[in-house]
Amino acid sequence: MSVKKFMYVNRKAPYGTIYALESLEVVLIGAAFDQDVSLAFIGDGVYQLTKGQNTEAIGQKNFSPTYSALGDYDVNKIYVEKESLEERGLTLDDLQHLVWEDEDDDWAEKDSIRLVSRAELADVLDEQDIILSF
Amino acid sequence: MKISIQVNEGPYQHEASDTAYQFTKAALAAGHEIFRVFFYHDGVNNATRLAVPPQDDRNISAQWSELAKENNLDMVVCIAAAQRRGIMDPDEAKRQGLDADNIAEGFRISGLGQLIEAGIESDRLVVFGD
Repeated sequence: MSVKKFMYVNRKAPYGTIYALESLEVVLIGAAFDQDVSLAFIGDGVYQLTKGQNTEAIGQKNFSPTYSALGDYDVNKIYVEKESLEERGLTLDDLQHLVWEDEDDDWAEKDSIRLVSRAELADVLDEQDIILSF
Repeated sequence: MKISIQVNEGPYQHEASDTAYQFTKAALAAGHEIFRVFFYHDGVNNATRLAVPPQDDRNISAQWSELAKENNLDMVVCIAAAQRRGIMDPDEAKRQGLDADNIAEGFRISGLGQLIEAGIESDRLVVFGD
């Protein structure tokens, strides 16, 4: 089977609609297909990665710990749009520290999140074969 | 061209399913191949055979079923999304110990891998929804 560049674009807040949760489910299943996978978080999607989420009061499952498992699935290109963070008064420090282990570099722990500008992200999107937008 | 379709919204509430249906019809008429139509999120609700819209309105599920029959379309409903929302085929209803199923003709329930495979195998994956 050929390898394609799959990009999952996450645009919605983690709760309020189910898009974020079901996007994560596709990413995890898709990881088994050995494709070239990237994720992008733009707009309210950046809230999906914020740390310290507590969903107790809304009676829903807090699925945010799952993002930290992405590295184990070889999903380690996670683009976060700089402007989207800034527009919401957030910085990288507000997000989970997502890492992966590079087997080609003695399992060194490396950052998965790549902070990119809107213009840079446009170029990344341009390189993709398949864009799934949630 | 080999095209796959993803429908992410439920019927009536949102026009995505209508637009996906019109697009699929037009693509087939233009001689393209539809590799698969995949229903995800609330899009799985397009697969119920129990919807009864007013007589002067379109029946979205029935339209899809008819289009599938005429063109031998592969219409797949995501199992995880379907279970959450109560879209059941006879096998799945039995497995879950439920007293009814509701899937319309021409739809089949399967996994998200079918969506990824559609992306890999098709020249284009066209997504309809918000």
